Amino acid sequence: MTSPQSGSKPLLEVKGLQTHFFTRHGVVRAVDGVDLHVEKGEVLGLVGESGCGKSVASMSILRLVSQPGKIVAGEIRLNGENLIDKSEGEMRAIRGDQISMIFQQPVSSLNPVFTVGYQIAEVYKIHEDLKRSVGEKKAIEMLAKVGISDPERRLKAFPHELSGGMAQRVMIAMALAAGPDLLIADEPTTALDVTIQAQILELIESLRHELGMAVILITHDLGIVAEVADRVAVMYAGEIVEETDTKSLFAEPKHPYTQGLIGSIPIAGSRREWLEVIPGRVPNLIDLPAGCRFAPRCKARVANNLSICTEVKPGLEEAAEGHRVRCWLYQEDPR
Amino acid sequence: MNEFESRPLVVVKGLHKSFPVKGGAFQRVVGHVQAVNGVDLEIREGEALGLVGESGCGKSTLGRALLRLDDPDEGAVEFDGRDILGLKGKELRDLRKEMQFIFQDPFSSLDPRTKIGDSIAEGLRVHGVPRDQRSKRVLESLELVGLESYHARRYPHEFSGGQRQRIGIARALAVNPRFLVLDEPVSALDVSIQSQILNLLKELQRDLKLTMLFIAHDLSVVEHLCDRIAVMYLGKVVEIADRDELFDSPTHPYTQALLSAIPVPDPTLTRERVILQGDLPSPLYPPPGCRFNTRCPIAVTGVCNMFEPTLLPVADGSEHLASCHLRTGEHQHLDRSQTRPTRT
Repeated sequence: MTSPQSGSKPLLEVKGLQTHFFTRHGVVRAVDGVDLHVEKGEVLGLVGESGCGKSVASMSILRLVSQPGKIVAGEIRLNGENLIDKSEGEMRAIRGDQISMIFQQPVSSLNPVFTVGYQIAEVYKIHEDLKRSVGEKKAIEMLAKVGISDPERRLKAFPHELSGGMAQRVMIAMALAAGPDLLIADEPTTALDVTIQAQILELIESLRHELGMAVILITHDLGIVAEVADRVAVMYAGEIVEETDTKSLFAEPKHPYTQGLIGSIPIAGSRREWLEVIPGRVPNLIDLPAGCRFAPRCKARVANNLSICTEVKPGLEEAAEGHRVRCWLYQEDPR
Repeated sequence: MNEFESRPLVVVKGLHKSFPVKGGAFQRVVGHVQAVNGVDLEIREGEALGLVGESGCGKSTLGRALLRLDDPDEGAVEFDGRDILGLKGKELRDLRKEMQFIFQDPFSSLDPRTKIGDSIAEGLRVHGVPRDQRSKRVLESLELVGLESYHARRYPHEFSGGQRQRIGIARALAVNPRFLVLDEPVSALDVSIQSQILNLLKELQRDLKLTMLFIAHDLSVVEHLCDRIAVMYLGKVVEIADRDELFDSPTHPYTQALLSAIPVPDPTLTRERVILQGDLPSPLYPPPGCRFNTRCPIAVTGVCNMFEPTLLPVADGSEHLASCHLRTGEHQHLDRSQTRPTRT
């Protein structure tokens, strides 16, 4: 097990990332100035509701954004090297080898016409130049590692023969085959039942200790974040609005959006009469409000009668040690 | 709860429903999926009953059978003291005015080319509400769910997911039903929107004195709204109890596992987790004996895999029922002196 090494260079550093989609209705600013860092061996939870840009941000890290989307600005440094400068060929060597990804829909992410074994062996063929027979042997080891019983038999199975939980295990086996430094898991358990979700989360948790890899866990479920992540970044309308270690986020959420989000989750056994509600809805990413993007829905803005919120955009600044917040409640009015 | 409220409005007895599975070159019937396999249930007037289970456990089939959207193979369903399975034609239509269904997906349950006002009015027309009263009723039900009157002239694509679910609720409430079946009404929505809808449903249930069957896969969602909760596994109810009782002392090992599998948004909490091994068995070939025995952490070989348990009170006279050989009442087929529960 490797623990996060403080002081050393982060494994991944994203600075000022902007990914926009140029549609006929206008420019959708899906990711609009995201700064992130992931240390070696750590789990970063990236949380937000649908449309906040969390998935586009992760696809941008892998340079997998397709037309009409485009990374328009920013740096993505993996072990110090900027991925934006890499050619498509170089990126292909990095994907799967240094960074790999698992998705929400495991069954549709696998190729339906090839066996599981064939698809895992392919990873070894591409990244380690191993023969298929050797690759398949290693695939059996990998399947056993992700907890698939009778891996020799499963090797010959086609994706449609697998249950959702099993397919996600196969996806994980495939993603980890080449021993990446970073795994990006985009809602890996959203399509699964709770008891299967618990199995998969435990698997990701144990494998990251065993292999010492870092994980970016993208989810809308704060419960999953609380259980798995070391650090959390909360996204809203294309920006990170709060970032800190998991304990502080839940003990002292600072951004009004984070507070509302935590208050609105039903918790089994909590016996609350009413759930907290965030009024209104997510802004249109083509036509974003001036000032803070959360201002139109923000109760704290109204309560504190802050005029700056709707006029000037706040930066992501440190409000306490290691706790960054994008909110004027914690920052001096510069005017 | 007073006596009037605790009268059962819906009574389900020994309900069975299976679906044929076709296969082979000639699409012959090769087997039957037993979606609901002998369910007894009572829903009391004015209460919200939560029905929880994982995908494929039969919870939606049960909900649909209650409204005669699917006809059960066996068993009885009584609504307000009347057997509804034999009803036809006008009688059935009149009954459906009293029971309404709210679907999971607010996107596909609305006709994209019909203004939502007309969508809501359609139900009123079918149930014979005169034309001049329809528009008034449409506006009333829109107001009930927190939408504005001008929304009636808009098309579904102009609404967000949360608003569409409100429309679905308005459409169901327009005919003044007494009983609502809600099938995963919030699972397609974002958390902040989900809480709006859950609060709305709770308000409506209280104000309109609705009886509800709330179907969900998520125990925490059900907890917020329901007075009693039933847990289903592979076509059977395995545990049913008052909400607080179920969360405080879950008895069936499956309920315990389900509760402990929900991720809790509190990182300071360290819990003993019960992680179930393996997948849900195929409902095409349910295991013999207790259906949970293949994944159960406390199953006893020779008992649990041979005899099917029944729903019994966990203590004498208790309304908390569970179906487990090892946990409820007398161990029906188990001589305690000979067999001791062992971890398998």
